[in-house]
Amino acid sequence: MSAAIITKVDERIAFYEVPAGKKAIVAVTGLVLIGYVVAHMLGNLQIFLGRERINAYAELLHSSGPLLWAARLVLLVAVGLHIVFTVQLWLAKRRARPVRYLKKVDVPSAYAARTMILSGPLIAAFVIFHVLHLTTGQAGLPFEPLNVYDNVVRGFRIWYVSLAYMVAVSLVGVHVWHGLWSMLHTLGLDDERYRPTLERISHAVGLLTALGYLSIPVAVLTGLIGGGVN
Amino acid sequence: MELDSKCPSGPIETRWDRHKFELKLVSPANKRKYTIIVVGSGLAGASASATLAELGYNVKCYCYQDSPRRAHSIAAQGGINAAKNYQNDGDSVYRLFYDTIKGGDFRSRESNVYRLAQLSVDIIDHCVAQGIPFAREYGGVLANRSFGGALVSRTFYARGQTGQQLLLGAYQAMQRQIAAGRLTMFPRHEMLELVLVNGRARGIVTRNLIDGKIESHAADAVVLATGGYGNVYYLSTMAKGANATAIWRAYRKGAFFANPCFTQIHPTCIPVTGEYQSKLTLMSESLRNDGRIWVPLKKGDTRPPNQIPEEERDYYLERMYPAYGNLVPRDIASRAAKRVCDEGRGVGPTGYGVYLDFRDAIQRLGVNVIRERYGNLFEMYERLTGEDPYKVPMRIYPAIHYTMGGLWVDYNLMSTIPGLFVIGEANFSDHGANRLGASALMQGLADGYFIVPYTVGDYLASTKLEKVSTEQTEFRDAEREVAERIRRLLSVRGRRTVDSLHRELGKLLWEYCGMARNAQGLQYALKKIPELREEFWQNVIVPGTGEEFNQSLERALRVADFMELAELICYDALHRNESCGGHFREEYQTPDGEALRNDSEYAYVAAWEFTGVGNPPRLHKEPLVFEYAKPTERSYK
Amino acid sequence: MRIILHVWRQKNASEPGRMVRYEVNNVNPHMSFLEMLDVLNEELVQQGEDPIAFDHDCREGICGMCGFMINGRAHGPEPGTTVCQLHMRHFRDGDELWLEPFRARAFPLIRDLVVNRSAFDRLIAAGGYISVNAGSAPDANAIPVPKQAAEKAMDAAACIGCGACVAQCPNASAALFLGAKISHLGLLPQGQPERYQRVLKMVSQAALEGFGHCTNAGECEAVCPKRIKLEVIARMNRDYLVAAVKHLGVKEAVEAGVG
Repeated sequence: MSAAIITKVDERIAFYEVPAGKKAIVAVTGLVLIGYVVAHMLGNLQIFLGRERINAYAELLHSSGPLLWAARLVLLVAVGLHIVFTVQLWLAKRRARPVRYLKKVDVPSAYAARTMILSGPLIAAFVIFHVLHLTTGQAGLPFEPLNVYDNVVRGFRIWYVSLAYMVAVSLVGVHVWHGLWSMLHTLGLDDERYRPTLERISHAVGLLTALGYLSIPVAVLTGLIGGGVN
Repeated sequence: MELDSKCPSGPIETRWDRHKFELKLVSPANKRKYTIIVVGSGLAGASASATLAELGYNVKCYCYQDSPRRAHSIAAQGGINAAKNYQNDGDSVYRLFYDTIKGGDFRSRESNVYRLAQLSVDIIDHCVAQGIPFAREYGGVLANRSFGGALVSRTFYARGQTGQQLLLGAYQAMQRQIAAGRLTMFPRHEMLELVLVNGRARGIVTRNLIDGKIESHAADAVVLATGGYGNVYYLSTMAKGANATAIWRAYRKGAFFANPCFTQIHPTCIPVTGEYQSKLTLMSESLRNDGRIWVPLKKGDTRPPNQIPEEERDYYLERMYPAYGNLVPRDIASRAAKRVCDEGRGVGPTGYGVYLDFRDAIQRLGVNVIRERYGNLFEMYERLTGEDPYKVPMRIYPAIHYTMGGLWVDYNLMSTIPGLFVIGEANFSDHGANRLGASALMQGLADGYFIVPYTVGDYLASTKLEKVSTEQTEFRDAEREVAERIRRLLSVRGRRTVDSLHRELGKLLWEYCGMARNAQGLQYALKKIPELREEFWQNVIVPGTGEEFNQSLERALRVADFMELAELICYDALHRNESCGGHFREEYQTPDGEALRNDSEYAYVAAWEFTGVGNPPRLHKEPLVFEYAKPTERSYK
Repeated sequence: MRIILHVWRQKNASEPGRMVRYEVNNVNPHMSFLEMLDVLNEELVQQGEDPIAFDHDCREGICGMCGFMINGRAHGPEPGTTVCQLHMRHFRDGDELWLEPFRARAFPLIRDLVVNRSAFDRLIAAGGYISVNAGSAPDANAIPVPKQAAEKAMDAAACIGCGACVAQCPNASAALFLGAKISHLGLLPQGQPERYQRVLKMVSQAALEGFGHCTNAGECEAVCPKRIKLEVIARMNRDYLVAAVKHLGVKEAVEAGVG
């Protein structure tokens, strides 16, 4: 039968096989990760309250045992699903348009939206380095178990560590800038009336997260914190 | 041959009900054994296809567009009439019936029109249930607006996109049947021949527009819903692809063509800007409520409109028709515009245009009121012309818009070929010599949803149909004929493009059989059209082959049929020695230039029979009897 | 004015295509874009060449048949305008324009700028309707519809199915088209009985047709000639998630015939 002729349609396909379903999974896991990113930032900012405070905080987290591991497991699963489905969708994108345009303008110029697929892997790479640096101490940088304050200060005094960190958290900000609104949209929480507000909130969370994280290396490099560390 | 309209007798209110009871039924179990072909997927075709499939018939539908949703019903703006009397303003089925008969200048069948008015009510119910987003009042009930030719508010509308919404409703109903497996859609398929077996319509031959394959399709009945033939004039408000080929092929096979000269000309279209013009765009008639129409008093006055002082302007409609002024009916406004342009007082680069000026309305009501009422229309005008109608008067000119004529059908909507049904604008049935606004959508849907599904069943139940196969001679011969026509067109390799010949035909017809006609001009056209047809077949250039996607060939096939149809239109216009509705014969007018109808001699449907290309067609008359709506004169002074 | 065109020419789906350069002189600024192509085609035919194939029909911006890319933008540079209503006065003398067909796996090419959009019809066939047979409807005013709902439904129902959203989308997603129909019907009381079944079936069908996914980039909204809003996609997502959670997967839902 010719391609032009429409016949009976097949209607059966599972949730996780449908782009909208995959996107929903990416959105929910993204929401978990944003929650973590914000909480982690707030925790980190305690560094401004002094060595005792932040180290006690680290001590508290480590002493919570199974809870900590449960949280880590949730995060790991969220990251895993977030990446797996994003990659699947990214591959599907290429299949959906096998012949590319010779000329194509991107309207509107949604820079953050189009760079999600780049900011994502860079952030992932950084996270690995970050865990090796400050959680397990295997990055070959100065490390003392449970002495977060000194580890951070010593690490950030190395210029390229600070630079990598600052680039990475900026990318996190960009990712959240589009990601938060996008996941709300994907989960159906959007409406013409709320859209500007939701977008503004999304941008604000992205910006504040980035600034919050950036403040730490800046403070270390300017000597605002870490005075007693050698 | 005696034309039997099969109209029931008795009180007009009960005719359709009684007739429905008398129609034979096909048993539910047997319906799927019947195949019905529907050609065209506009309001009439889509609604008929969906409904026949819902009933259980096996339906095949064909359209030349890439999807049934594109049919030109989609472009209807204003609305759809229904005698709901929701406004409590005295409307009734009888009033809609009377308005439609009178609006048609007493040239339509009472029985058909009454049935149309009755069914209008069911159409609205069905369309609302389908999810058509009609305009609503704050209380959640349906809103109505007024339209020309009526003193009640009975027009239902979905913004300026009523046709689009109604068509999408019918299209969605079709898609549902496609998913259910009862309907097969053949988009990008053009019907090029009707196939008769033992005198009955039993199938069609199509060309697949993607690869050029000529294919036969057999069925137990054929329904044509291919719309109007306005594109015979080249420039019209029709879609570019709209054509007469399906009905013309049926005419050549013996279906009678009724009242071909009844064409409607809409007064408010954007004028032609140059030779390259491909189509005309309608501006809603509602603009005449606040706009004043004028031309300069002097011939050849080329000053910009704002520099022409008040005393040098001729508000000709207000001058000639003081009672109705700018609100005279479509035919009268159109003819007056032609008259002043023919006098050399037209405006714009071509001299074929008149001003529609909102200056006074803006002064009186303020720019915001005008924006609220007509903002979207002004925006569209500006998009198309680049001129701002808030500052400069609009330029408008009449254009071909609808064809009331079409294939002759009886009360069952069956043509003179048994088994060939014709619905929607393609038939001639309900609008007489002039169609009222918001009635085309009503007729298409009445035919498709509520009439043809019954009458096709009656035909199938009361007829013994032998098995046919597309392998048999009748189909093979038709395929050969189509292939030969295509071969001929491709082999001319002349010097003129299809469009240039079509444009010339259109100009000829517009000039001599357009808004105003006279015997001398029609005789001239009848001499010129065969010459042009001859030139077409000797000098047309159609590039490419028949076995590929070839839009030039598609157009050539359509124009070849227009070349014959144009002649029939002129024969009909010449024979009808009266003026009525869209047909204005200059010899038949009152001393003050109004249409002069001749009820004693011309109160009939002129149904023409094909007698061969180049031969005068044979006239058959179906007398029109008016038992309820007695003919009266129209005056708008 | 003079316009230089680079047009994608491809005889059919199986032969390779390429860009071909044309010069159109004496372009009248009052011409529509398609009329400019008509003029070029008349010249090509006179010279014995194949004219450029492009889809069009109503030429008043409502049938949705026309559409191709002009300099990488579906329907060209004017917002809220189909290519048939785009006029040459929006271009400058000497402008160089690249015309390409809408590209997506779900829209296979037929010839030159003509593509097959039947996938859209199949999306509607999957569930884009209200199941009501002719004759079975209650009185039109039996179910009141709040004016606001009717207006919002109409906003979404204005979609002309041209495919510009798919063509412009970086992922060739049909989300705006789907969202428009799901919103139109889902906002009306008449559309409620099948609301969730509809979204499950239509969304599934889109995946089967090979459309991509939505990344909320918003390019579809920017080029939509009928200015359909991005919120229709959010509404579709919402309905889809509710439906999926309720029915734990489409297979089961469809098999059970619930919705």
